[in-house]
Amino acid sequence: MTSGSGERHLTSPQEVVERALAASVAEGCVVIVEEVSQAEVRFANNTTTTNGVRRDRRVAVVSFRAAGSDGSAGFARLAVGIASASGEVEVTDLVRASEAEAAAAPPADDAAPLIDPDGSVGSVGALGSAGAAGAFDEPPVPTSPAALGGVITGLGDAFGRARSAGNRLAGFATHGVETVYLGTSTGVRLRHVQPAGTMELVARSADGTRSVWSGAGTSSFDDIDVAGFEARLDQRLAWARGTIELPPGRYEVLLPPDATADLMVAMSQSMSGRDAEEGRSPFSSPGGGTKVGDILCPLPFELRGDPGEPGLESSPFLVTTASGTDVSVFDNGLAVGPTAWMQGGRLRRLQYHRAGAARSGVEPSPPVGNLILSLPGATSSLDDMIASTERGLLLTCLWYIREVDPVTMLLTGLTRDGVYLIEHGEVVGAVNNFRFNESPIDVLARTTEAGSATRALSREWGEWMNRTAMPPLRVADFNMSSVSPAT
Amino acid sequence: MSRDNGTTTSNVGASGGKGLAGLPLEEVRSAALERAAALGCSHAEVRIERIRSQFVALRDGHVETTVDDTEIGVGLHVVRDGSFGFAATVELNAQSAARLADEAEGLAKATSAAMSRRVDLAEEPAHGEVTWSSPYEIDPTTVSMADKVALLEDWTGRLMVAEGVDHVAARVLAVVEDKHYADLSGTITTQRRVRIYPVVEAVAVDEASGSFESMRTIAPPVGRGWEYTAGEGWDWDTELATIPSLLAEKVASPSVEPGTYDLVIDPSNLWLTIHESVGHATELDRALGYEAAYAGTSFATFDKLGTLRYGSPVMHVVGDRTTPHGLASVGYDDEGVAAQSFDIVRDGVLVGYQLDRRMAAENGFARSNGCAFADSPLHVPIQRMANVSLQPAPGPGPGPTTDDLVSGVDRGVYVVGDKSWSIDMQRYNFQFTGQRFYGIDKGRLTGQLKDVAYQAQTTDFWGSLEAVGGRSTYVLGGAFNCGKGQPGQVAPVSHGCPSALFRAVNVLNTRAEASR
Repeated sequence: MTSGSGERHLTSPQEVVERALAASVAEGCVVIVEEVSQAEVRFANNTTTTNGVRRDRRVAVVSFRAAGSDGSAGFARLAVGIASASGEVEVTDLVRASEAEAAAAPPADDAAPLIDPDGSVGSVGALGSAGAAGAFDEPPVPTSPAALGGVITGLGDAFGRARSAGNRLAGFATHGVETVYLGTSTGVRLRHVQPAGTMELVARSADGTRSVWSGAGTSSFDDIDVAGFEARLDQRLAWARGTIELPPGRYEVLLPPDATADLMVAMSQSMSGRDAEEGRSPFSSPGGGTKVGDILCPLPFELRGDPGEPGLESSPFLVTTASGTDVSVFDNGLAVGPTAWMQGGRLRRLQYHRAGAARSGVEPSPPVGNLILSLPGATSSLDDMIASTERGLLLTCLWYIREVDPVTMLLTGLTRDGVYLIEHGEVVGAVNNFRFNESPIDVLARTTEAGSATRALSREWGEWMNRTAMPPLRVADFNMSSVSPAT
Repeated sequence: MSRDNGTTTSNVGASGGKGLAGLPLEEVRSAALERAAALGCSHAEVRIERIRSQFVALRDGHVETTVDDTEIGVGLHVVRDGSFGFAATVELNAQSAARLADEAEGLAKATSAAMSRRVDLAEEPAHGEVTWSSPYEIDPTTVSMADKVALLEDWTGRLMVAEGVDHVAARVLAVVEDKHYADLSGTITTQRRVRIYPVVEAVAVDEASGSFESMRTIAPPVGRGWEYTAGEGWDWDTELATIPSLLAEKVASPSVEPGTYDLVIDPSNLWLTIHESVGHATELDRALGYEAAYAGTSFATFDKLGTLRYGSPVMHVVGDRTTPHGLASVGYDDEGVAAQSFDIVRDGVLVGYQLDRRMAAENGFARSNGCAFADSPLHVPIQRMANVSLQPAPGPGPGPTTDDLVSGVDRGVYVVGDKSWSIDMQRYNFQFTGQRFYGIDKGRLTGQLKDVAYQAQTTDFWGSLEAVGGRSTYVLGGAFNCGKGQPGQVAPVSHGCPSALFRAVNVLNTRAEASR
């Protein structure tokens, strides 16, 4: 990691990878080094609060050993042991710890042959600088407060303008770079650099009766304009000068792209192939099997992930330090490509690791580091959709979203920082907040119009999934279950 | 280790796992603090931590996930000319520690132009060099992964053989947190906290209809060691034995008729309602708007201190960082403040807030009540929740039992175990579900109901609190994963409470909510 003076004290990540692999006596070994550099500024009540910089390194060693007394057999008998630590780790100790755990573990349910450098990843050396197998020898990429661009220097003036207008600004700007190194005993050597940042700004009237939010995900902060954020917030605060009390009930709503992301990211986390096959998922089919192939919504939506999506680039290979229901440490290095979860409104695939996919006779589908919902041919903007609304509610974002019923994927949560009544194509005032009870699957099924997809930031999930592109949606009969007096 | 209480000991880090042994504590803390002082910082505090986390999850008896992670690092928080800076690294040596001071002080300077309110910290006496440990018998990180897997296999096996159980998930998360703290005032603390959370869940699938139900253990996460899994503090054998029949009854139960019901809420559910509607609402940083961008603010604004009618007169809520086995219990917080106990709601009226040193100084409190915490050496301490607990019925007698509370209900629901939860950004409107719900008819339980959620406004709900159970009904619940702050931090916290009776609460049918 590079310090302020450019000095480095930690052993290089490449050397950690090679030392660990050299120390391994297991049947197979995967080593992952994650270097994180982060800078952030946080503010509230028109003043800065907790600002920080940090450097982190996490090292994970995954050892694969033959399980059982015969000490033989193929990959299907392999057991897994994992140990991870931060900082300047004792590499040999970490390797031995993972091997000891593997030696005592039963055969893994997700066992599969380790990824070969000439196999699933494809032409490893041909990956671009972001995928960067060819750049394995390159150092980690740092960030610093300077990466936040004009945010820090612009805040003082923004606070002054807010004070003059009788408002209070709160928010958070963060930029980080994670550089991941992956090495395996089968010869895989991969590196991926993942920049990620978010900017969020909340403006509240001094009496707390009006509150508005704007947020964005970004890779570099080059596209973040504090003045643009302020202008959006000013427009919303102006809309909120008139207030209208509405009761709970079912309303036509316009979900801006950020609110669409709140629902779609939640839905994407329930797309487990195994859960669906076992009958315990909203994607399980009554009578058995899954809903893959079924039409979920009348509009021909496409829900997909793609590591190469411009502006939303993510890792083109899988890196994971732990197995889960549909993700496996055996799959480290597996190529991650364009993946269509829904196409033409039809469920196309669910998530599987290779072992699960083999058992089910389907293609493996590892998770992708971005999520894009689009309606082919849709060109409307949110403003266009407001203009064509006879009567409906315009939301800003959703908050405190939790699953209520996994059978229907019923979610509950709140509208936050701006609900507005639209009448005859114009916003006529702010409306109280609501608690909603809705399933994102049903929301797609009741969507009557979608606009063009743009980059979006989920307020609820954006800290770990901030690479999303979503359309604004017009949804009929959105269930506002009760009123929230919160602002 | 003492099992009676949090203890001041001299063997922190020497028992069981590796603790802080081998880390250059003095070298790093001295380098960081001396450099910060030389740079003119009026305040500096440094934390060196080693946090060991182990997680094992089995799915239908097969190991699905294992994690054995050790986080080591150092974080330095400074105040210079009233501006705040924080820097952290995983490099533990004197040179890196001194550089942290440069970086933190540099960030404080860089952001000072945007600062419109100086940072001041409430005074705290220097405590010298002290050690503290939470009470535990067996460091869970010294138990092999194989033994952890074996325990979960045993628990899974007991449920898998039962009729009507199609799937079983079993998992255990154990954490040992070793923390060394020092500040410019001369306080140096070395502390260990041990916690564990085992969970088992059974699932029944009706493949024909495409429906399914689950039943999970209600054993809470606790500040104990591996002895918890052997029955110290919880009767696992009894609870596991009842899961299949409880699940079968739930599958066969009728769907609730939505409407207004009296609720008797078991501590296994009520702890979470307390957490969301009282615990978070009485964090002073939230009430003052410092979490407006993320976690939210609070209806319990500072001007209402001493006057807000939070609930009925039987409502007495205490914030506490000394509770034995409490997940938020410490000897000293992450600003060097000694652990305390304090009233938050007394006789139904708001009388206190949870504070850190900055919030205390800003609002005229003489001293913080010790609620600063950072979940990682790489994160800045912020105000986090104490163990916030509803007190049982006072008096010399045993107080009402849960049956006594049920007997006073004509038409109601008895709620057990937590499941889904959600509350708005000012802590008014909430909705909770649970593991199981029993109908109450004319003072008697009538069997389980399903598809139940209760929804209320905070002060209406607590205003409808008619009675609390006695000490015999009191249980310490809690969570490992309370979220707050940006970047996000998670904190462990416990909430004790008795069973309690609430009148006329809105009950929803969750299937009806979903249908259209």
